[in-house]
Amino acid sequence: MTTEAEPLVLEFAVQGMDFTAAGEAASSIRKTCMKLGLPARDVRRVAIVAYEAELNVVIHAWKGTVRALVFGDRVELVVEDSGPGIPDIAQAMVEGFSTAPDHVREMGFGAGMGLINIQRHADDLVIESVVNVGTVLRATVRLGAG
Amino acid sequence: MRVGRYFHSVTLDAEKCKGCTNCIKHCPTEAIRVRDGKAVIKEERCVDCGECIRICPNHAKVAVTDELAELSRFRHTIALPAPALLGQFGPDTLPDQMLGALVGMGFDEAFEVALAAEAVTYAFRRIIESGEAPGPRISPACPAVLRLMQVRFPSLLDLLIPIEAPMEVAARMAKKQALARGSLNPEEVGAFFITPCPAKVTAVKQPVGTHASCVDRAISMAVAYGEIRKNLSTASPVPLRATGPGLGWGRAGGEAMALARGTVLSVDGIHSVIKVFEEVERGRLQEIDFIEAQACVGGCIGGPLVVQNPFVARVRLRNIAGQHWAKTSLFTPAELEAEFASGAWHMTRVVGPRPVMQLDDDVQRAIGKLKLAEEILDRLPGLDCGSCGAPSCRALAEDIAREDADETDCIFILRERVQVLAEGVVDLASKLPPAIRAEKKKDGEPA
Repeated sequence: MTTEAEPLVLEFAVQGMDFTAAGEAASSIRKTCMKLGLPARDVRRVAIVAYEAELNVVIHAWKGTVRALVFGDRVELVVEDSGPGIPDIAQAMVEGFSTAPDHVREMGFGAGMGLINIQRHADDLVIESVVNVGTVLRATVRLGAG
Repeated sequence: MRVGRYFHSVTLDAEKCKGCTNCIKHCPTEAIRVRDGKAVIKEERCVDCGECIRICPNHAKVAVTDELAELSRFRHTIALPAPALLGQFGPDTLPDQMLGALVGMGFDEAFEVALAAEAVTYAFRRIIESGEAPGPRISPACPAVLRLMQVRFPSLLDLLIPIEAPMEVAARMAKKQALARGSLNPEEVGAFFITPCPAKVTAVKQPVGTHASCVDRAISMAVAYGEIRKNLSTASPVPLRATGPGLGWGRAGGEAMALARGTVLSVDGIHSVIKVFEEVERGRLQEIDFIEAQACVGGCIGGPLVVQNPFVARVRLRNIAGQHWAKTSLFTPAELEAEFASGAWHMTRVVGPRPVMQLDDDVQRAIGKLKLAEEILDRLPGLDCGSCGAPSCRALAEDIAREDADETDCIFILRERVQVLAEGVVDLASKLPPAIRAEKKKDGEPA
């Protein structure tokens, strides 16, 4: 078995309710994927997953980090936050289900599509959450699989 | 004009360039570096948007266009004025006079690009209403936006409406009409676009949606403006045939107004276009049917080759379009449908990606280079001062990883190294071997 090369790691801090900076991490990850010459379809999938996961932290959590680990054959996105957590993950995965407050919905966010979009565009998705502690989301986009 | 692998209208006048680094920071594709005191454009990255032309305080960035003398190369010449041209003149100049003065420059006839814009509007409507796309359809009218998509947003190329820009369609229509009169051979007819921007010149010399443009030459609107002014009082008027919706294409929001249906997002200014495209890629704009995107703020009236202030031009063009809004179009709906169905306005070549942003052709090697760039970036000051000739510390770090630059190109790193070296020299100077110490003592003795 050959050992896998160390991935390129990108890490960004995300602040809850900071809508002015929301999307910067995803935008930066996208740019990096372009510089690596990843296939256009995969760049798009990574951009969507990273953006939705970043927005979830901004909308729901207190603070968190977005990390992208780029390997030669896949991009792993690990988004960790400290926040209220998700009491019922199965319910949160239902289209249109949202716990976003009204003022966030008025900004056009929190339509209950975030996790659905992540699931749709990632090849693997694992969510672990502890109420009032936080959530860890791991999504993998395999290059050339989309 | 030189035509290599990439033709670019945007070029450098090296004599005027002071190497000031103003341009490098405004380039949306980070295509410019300063080397040996002069700006150097990376040809494969340039999208001819003209941002650098606008920003250069020394007017060292120029748009190469064709000379008026080129008119003599053709037996029959057709002027193709961009709609923005009408916005360049004051309220006392009637459009008919302006067109007459344009023909008076030495053309045999004029065919307004605004006429083709009416046809293109019809084609857009038909394609948008066919509803076969996973997101909002994107206008292909601005050639700088088209090239930006190839370089930075290849995943959105599927959303592009595969219809040629009005300039190209106008040339096809005008030439067809001229040849139908019977006495001319195709190579004797020259179509001259009066252009507001360098991107259109590049679209003529090196088109992306077709193998060869029907437009033969591109004359700068600023040059044409001067000639038209000279002829205004003497030329006989030529009636303006285009209607308001086509004329409105000369300014941002004009495509949306002409379409007059659906939910349309109009965005102008290349940096704003990038922001909107990011949103589209994220699948966030599902309610939008069509995106009108223009690289210049204000649309074509904001092009680098126009004369008039774009805000003044906008109101003038809006007034003229308003006066000609209800006029009967040159084309009947049946004619438009027949031409559309025949594919006469369609692109004949798929617009593919231009992958030039990557650090290496191999993903694994690119990852290695980017990791190296991240390490280098940690050592750089993060001031993005531009003194190294790259637009930002990150860009320099990537250039170094690509072996296109050296760490000591950074003046802060260079200063640190010089300091360390200087300290070492001072240190060494005080340390002399015993034999020389004795010599020195001898030297120091009084004679």
